[in-house]
Amino acid sequence: MKITVNGTEHDVAAESDTPLLWVLRDELGMMGTKYGCGIAQCGACTVHLDGVAARACQHPIGSLEGADVVTIEGLAGDTDALHPVQEAWVETQVAQCGYCQAGQIMQAASLLAGDPDPSDETIDATMSGNLCRCGTNLRIRQAIRLAAVKMGA
Amino acid sequence: MSRLKTLSRRGFLIGTTVVSGAVVFGSYLVARPHENPLADDVTAQQATFNPWIKIGPKGITLITPHADLGQGTTHMQAILLAEELDLELDQFTTEFGEPAAAYYNRGFAAEGADVVAALTPLAAETVRGPMGAALKIAGIQGTGGSTAAADSFDKLRQAGASARETLKLAASQRSNLPVEQLTTERGAVVLPDGTRLAYTDLATEAGALDPVQEVALRPASDWRLVGQPTERLDILDKSTGRTVYGIDLEAEGMVHATVVTNPRRGEMLGYDAGTALEMPGVQGVVEVTGGLAVLADSTWRAFKAARAINFDWGPAPYHAEQADHWAEVSASFTDARLNATWRDDGDAGAASGDQVIEAEYRAPYVAHQPLEPLNALVTVTEDGVDIATGHQLPRFVQTVAAGITGHDADQVRFVNQYAGGSFGHRLEFEHIKRACEIANQRRGTPIKLTYTREEDFAQDFPRHIAMARGRGAVANGRVRALDLQIAGAPVFASQGGRMGAAMSGPDNQLGAGAYSAPYALPDFRVRGYAVPDLAPVSSWRSVGASFGGFFLETFLDELIHAAGADPVAERLRLITDPVARDVLSAAAEMAGWGRGPGPNRGLGVALVRSFGVDVAEIAEVEQTEDGLRIRKVWAVADPGPVIDPVNIENHIQGGVIWGMGHAMNCEVTYADGMAQQSNFHQHAGMRLWQTPEIEVRVLQNRASIAGIGEPPVPPAPPALANAIFAATGTRLRGMPFNKTVTFA
Repeated sequence: MKITVNGTEHDVAAESDTPLLWVLRDELGMMGTKYGCGIAQCGACTVHLDGVAARACQHPIGSLEGADVVTIEGLAGDTDALHPVQEAWVETQVAQCGYCQAGQIMQAASLLAGDPDPSDETIDATMSGNLCRCGTNLRIRQAIRLAAVKMGA
Repeated sequence: MSRLKTLSRRGFLIGTTVVSGAVVFGSYLVARPHENPLADDVTAQQATFNPWIKIGPKGITLITPHADLGQGTTHMQAILLAEELDLELDQFTTEFGEPAAAYYNRGFAAEGADVVAALTPLAAETVRGPMGAALKIAGIQGTGGSTAAADSFDKLRQAGASARETLKLAASQRSNLPVEQLTTERGAVVLPDGTRLAYTDLATEAGALDPVQEVALRPASDWRLVGQPTERLDILDKSTGRTVYGIDLEAEGMVHATVVTNPRRGEMLGYDAGTALEMPGVQGVVEVTGGLAVLADSTWRAFKAARAINFDWGPAPYHAEQADHWAEVSASFTDARLNATWRDDGDAGAASGDQVIEAEYRAPYVAHQPLEPLNALVTVTEDGVDIATGHQLPRFVQTVAAGITGHDADQVRFVNQYAGGSFGHRLEFEHIKRACEIANQRRGTPIKLTYTREEDFAQDFPRHIAMARGRGAVANGRVRALDLQIAGAPVFASQGGRMGAAMSGPDNQLGAGAYSAPYALPDFRVRGYAVPDLAPVSSWRSVGASFGGFFLETFLDELIHAAGADPVAERLRLITDPVARDVLSAAAEMAGWGRGPGPNRGLGVALVRSFGVDVAEIAEVEQTEDGLRIRKVWAVADPGPVIDPVNIENHIQGGVIWGMGHAMNCEVTYADGMAQQSNFHQHAGMRLWQTPEIEVRVLQNRASIAGIGEPPVPPAPPALANAIFAATGTRLRGMPFNKTVTFA
């Protein structure tokens, strides 16, 4: 079956119940999307599925025929460019261990695409499914507000 | 890397010429330094000035041997080296380096002595001895106990200064100009006429010189990088998904594996893997200690097949039910189980005639569960063992692996990796052992072991369980006596036992965070009681202080309230140490202590000294219709000189979130011998919606530098518990608090 990842179409051999997460990591060798829990409780595997944030561990590849997937590697389009959310993440120096941050960034980018000037309550509600064990929570909030400014809110 | 390594090392001495045409410059603070592990790796054109700096025509590499678990040690070590070496942050690359005695952690000799004692057969008193001599002899390379900054602060600046002056000497000889006329900046020696001689061009000549030693370090007023806000070296890659963690490693011909081991930590009595072996991509199962490994051609296929195996598990070698764990702890306040008296000022036991208050406290098992699951990439061949993953104790990885495969420890090549968190989890060796057991049965094949989150939870050695009994006395509006007994699992004995370093005797993590309190109470005693037969446990971010601070500071708060005193004023009255006094005063000033917080609101304070660092935290909570909400936290710490002000703020905020989040929401409990919590739906810590504003201030009055990874954690639970009492009148004496109160 075929899926499009970051604008490139791939033929995928994995059996249909394989979660998108493991197709990305094991078959396509794209390691930016992380395994954290496997049960949609941490958000480390967040990607964009047809433009909306989704947990890659919860979507069997068999349900994604023709789907358009964007991962952290393709968020900015050009590999050397930074998405405004990534710029904000760098300037705010959000990361500690960084393992959750690709998922956080993908979730934040999806949030801002749908709501360019989210309230504090909306930020908290939207981002609470993405777990940071290091506790960079405050910088995540701060970076989203900065990204909103960068994106013209 | 050359297999001649062992041979060449033997012939090598720091500060003398010899290996591979290169010279190494030693800048050790102790006589007879360990061998420079870089020495046998440099080419004729390169110079390695000491174990931390390697310069060749093509570039500069700084070795940052302290494990980076997310706490920013790579950046911290690099800017210390770059400061004196006059490098900018875009002029070098970093490597973790190989395990080597030269990277022994002298920071362990100070505040972390007990941590080392836990990890080695050495007694804490020995470790703490002059210059940490025993430590050095043992060559303990480790990251933990919030010691990396203390270990590195002078040592790495000295290493940078020595290399700089040696490069200047080489430039002096080339230019026939006196060294005094030369300066350095941006990776080059600059001649008086402005000519720049790049370090990379001077490497070969510098490599032929005896190293310049004992260079005076620059004063803080001259620092360009240290103490300034800088962009962390790893921040861009961590914001673009490019950082490679252990779990991301791949090797040619690699086979994926996952393990399922007895969730009761006992034996595997039997199994039926018939279905699993028929599943697509499965390449077999192999027995490992306590269970099975499934081998497959992808992670997912290994995970899926693992779920299809039926196991017959043996019983737990500890109490099967949680209630029996608590009963065992509760029964341990006896003379027979007295482990040590950590503090005994005045005559706390005799306090009578005053108003006497008694209370009992509990701290549950808690899981580490960093977000990157345990993993390791291991290849075993006849010649040696290759291991790659993130780990805090590289040299022990070598000995643990060698013990399984039958090689010598120096035949084990370990390559450290950025780790997706640790909090103490990567001080353990279960994943190293399992991966070596598998790879040893599939010699020649690279084995990539990845734990499922569920297996990681099941096999996590949690923070030790503990109870405290407090007895105190107040008189005339003052706290007069405080007697605290803490009973819990001896964590160092548990941890050391798994490393083959049997330990008994006093375990100060049954008193840490309490006996160190900077209070001059007339009668003050802290005693620890060691409880046998509990579940195996391990160091969890801030170790014993993670509950010792809660026990002491919450009970003290009870006494202060009973005395009718003010929680800040009474603590200030009891403090004798000016550093601690300033920390508490600053927190009170920031929080506007003394103001009326408003209806349904309350402020709570706590001050804990752990790992030698005083941290005060004040929490403001509000009882809302939906439950309790933390509105704001003020945190003040004094770790001495600050290397990286951005990282320190991030760390203190993270420490508050770690401490409060787990105190509110998390515990590990056992039923039928198994941990009942299996994933983050049952044990998350603090998510964004519960996160308060956290305002941080860092003081630098402490005379010497100390770490900040752990000290912000211990004051967080008591500050929150005391605030909840102030807002609601409910006194919280057991974690997690959500068993007693509801949080919004």
